[in-house]
Amino acid sequence: MSERVNSPDGTSIDRSIPSTLSDLFQEVILDHYRRPRNKGPLEAPTHSITMNNPLCGDVIELSLSVQADRIAEVRYEGRGCSISQAAASMMTERLKGAKLGEARALSAKFTRLLHGEEEVQRDEKLGDLRALAGVSKFPVRIKCALLGFNCLDELVGKPVAGGREPRSGPGEHR
Amino acid sequence: MVAPPYDIEAVRRDFPILEQKVNGQALVYLDSAASSQRPRAVIDAVRRHYETSHANVHRGAHELSVRATEAYEDARACVAAHIGAEDAAEIVFVRGATEAINLVAGSLGKAHIGPGDEILLTKMEHHSNLVPWQLLAERTGATLRFVDVSPEGRLVLDDYARMLSERTRLVGVTHISNSLGVINPVREIAALAHEAGAFCLVDGAQAAPHLALDMGALGCDFYAFSGHKMCGPTGIGVLWARRAILEEMPPYQGGGEMIASVTLAGSTWAAVPHKFEAGTPNIAGAIGLGAAIRYLNTIGLDAIRRYETELLGYALERLGEIEGLRIYGPTDERVGVLSFTYLDVHAHDLATILDQRGIAIRAGHHCNQPLMEHLGVDATARASLYLYSTFQEVDALCEALHLAGEIFCGSA
Repeated sequence: MSERVNSPDGTSIDRSIPSTLSDLFQEVILDHYRRPRNKGPLEAPTHSITMNNPLCGDVIELSLSVQADRIAEVRYEGRGCSISQAAASMMTERLKGAKLGEARALSAKFTRLLHGEEEVQRDEKLGDLRALAGVSKFPVRIKCALLGFNCLDELVGKPVAGGREPRSGPGEHR
Repeated sequence: MVAPPYDIEAVRRDFPILEQKVNGQALVYLDSAASSQRPRAVIDAVRRHYETSHANVHRGAHELSVRATEAYEDARACVAAHIGAEDAAEIVFVRGATEAINLVAGSLGKAHIGPGDEILLTKMEHHSNLVPWQLLAERTGATLRFVDVSPEGRLVLDDYARMLSERTRLVGVTHISNSLGVINPVREIAALAHEAGAFCLVDGAQAAPHLALDMGALGCDFYAFSGHKMCGPTGIGVLWARRAILEEMPPYQGGGEMIASVTLAGSTWAAVPHKFEAGTPNIAGAIGLGAAIRYLNTIGLDAIRRYETELLGYALERLGEIEGLRIYGPTDERVGVLSFTYLDVHAHDLATILDQRGIAIRAGHHCNQPLMEHLGVDATARASLYLYSTFQEVDALCEALHLAGEIFCGSA
């Protein structure tokens, strides 16, 4: 998209959207921001956590219903910027029905995506999350994209070698 | 356009940092309410101090220490004259407005505030004029109460007058809101506080950069501000308080500098203001702040105010033309701290888009979470103007906002 318009003093102003910005704010991201999937309260979750970015005020509450090592149901609530909210919405789409090990693997892949690793950009397991690859060029926004996954990591355990059982310490159940 | 009260291009040349490109675009710095930039005069004064005169102060056994002490105390006198203090001893150098308020809460609070006493604040205070009082209330059993803010963004003064009582020990109020830009009637507020027998503390962090101050006329008991928002270095700020009050207050921190004599059995305190300046102070910072004040005075705070008011009027008009943009705070009795929301574009997304255009704004709650909640928003974008801001920069901001509208809504 390139468009030049004349300002009142006759000079030309570049009105085109820079590609870094159109890469960052892709339509699929804005779609998840405006029409979030799996948003709202979850009845009787087995796991739930609320995390925020104190610096910017983004908040995500992630709730899971885990049955026999599988995420039977997942919902989130939250508010904040398009990146944090779209990433959480996209994440829930990939989590429904996933085994806990798969959830941990997804989190690891997404982190690699945000660090600009091209290999994972083509990984279909990431689904719509692949649209967030552009965030890697905006280091200050990476923490926005990771907020939902930070909740997930807290609930199902970080993706460490060999995997581990979900933690169920105090504060994780509500 | 009327001729500006000073040569804006010459002023911009005084600030080396402004002459650069950011993300390939000319820098448009609209975040001065968070921290202003420094003119060469300040940078040079700090450099000169380190290159020619640095030593510890008040230990005057050698020439450099004498020079450093003189420069440090000159800076104190410069601040005192600038804000109409009666006596340089009423100027306590601290790290910034935050430490100044913590000093008062820690010292006066310990001596004068107890269970059942009330501290009256407002719903528009920066966290720095809220959290120290919450800590004090926890320690002492005092109660915090909050004056309401009208939908237009002004303090509800009737509410304030009603809430004052013989239980009120201290009134804490911001001179200018860091989110709404509104200038509060602190003179009237201080007078009412005194009628009720309460102290009045004014947070001047956003006011000192813009307004000519006269402590005598203002009538408060404590005034706090930071150097870095008024062209000075970071890590230096000022607590002004009436000498008689400072003399009655117990020390805030203990250490060197603040003592008269020390024995293992106990110590006695130095005279004010040194009683409140434990440890080696920020000597270069104070000297830089003095240079900043002299710089602002060569242009003149009245001229700066006239220029900023004209620029603010233009910004309000231009931003007001943008559909879907909402500015918080009143349209008069305010400075150019402009908090706004735009369509459904979150403030952080706006900041990212503007940054790609070289435009620096702040996004978030601006250390004003209770006020944001009161306004019913999670976050706002905030563009703030200062003496070096230009009409063209306001145009650039509006242009970039159109770009944000295009990205998010496909229309500008």
